[in-house]
Amino acid sequence: MTYTALAATCVVLAVVLDRWVARTRVTSTGDWWAAYAIIVFFQLLTNGWLTGRGIVRYSGDAILGSGEIRFIGDGRLVFAPVEDLMFGFGLVLCSVVAWTWLGRREARDQSHNEARDEVGA
Amino acid sequence: MSLPHWSYVAMLAFCLAGTLPLVPAFRLRVLRQPRRLLLTIALAGTPFLVWDLWATHVGHWWFDEEQTLPWRVAGLPLEEIGFFVVIPLVSVLTLEGVRAARRGVRPGAPRRRKEAR
Repeated sequence: MTYTALAATCVVLAVVLDRWVARTRVTSTGDWWAAYAIIVFFQLLTNGWLTGRGIVRYSGDAILGSGEIRFIGDGRLVFAPVEDLMFGFGLVLCSVVAWTWLGRREARDQSHNEARDEVGA
Repeated sequence: MSLPHWSYVAMLAFCLAGTLPLVPAFRLRVLRQPRRLLLTIALAGTPFLVWDLWATHVGHWWFDEEQTLPWRVAGLPLEEIGFFVVIPLVSVLTLEGVRAARRGVRPGAPRRRKEAR
């Protein structure tokens, strides 16, 4: 599979994870989209640094573009292959879903314990 | 090691320098929940790290030896492993910063009067 196909799959899987597996539904919240807007801006900057300087280089066979480093066009945006935006979206959404899911689980466990303590008392 | 070898490290440092100040500014409780934070990094970062190892192995992408530190773990620069720790962390900090700001917490404000009472 190419990076393009995997990156697109990753976006779908991350959304499925949020909405139907973990059921955190952060993609329905303004908090998530506001945070993602900030993150994607800084992703363009920092990933532009990594890709524009050629710290990371890509095979033209794996991405939409040719593998040549360009600021924009040829499947690239601020030096980075557009696939990186999908990779980033997936990684950031999974992080936020995991954090939110773990937080809700802890809160639930806590209220369970409190309820049990009350019964026990 | 010459300065260019620190190029990738510089990017990770920039990410942390931009987000860690959110903790005192918005009085975030993210770092006070180390178990939840480490689990988040493990759960979210691991699948992407596996993808990265595989993609590097099959040649989808590779790293410039002149702009990374010499240490390699399973063929990846140490910084690339650090990436999958730093990005989940800064994502959580940004989200919690946004949540606090939208709840009305103002950066640097000592404490809202309601809380102080």
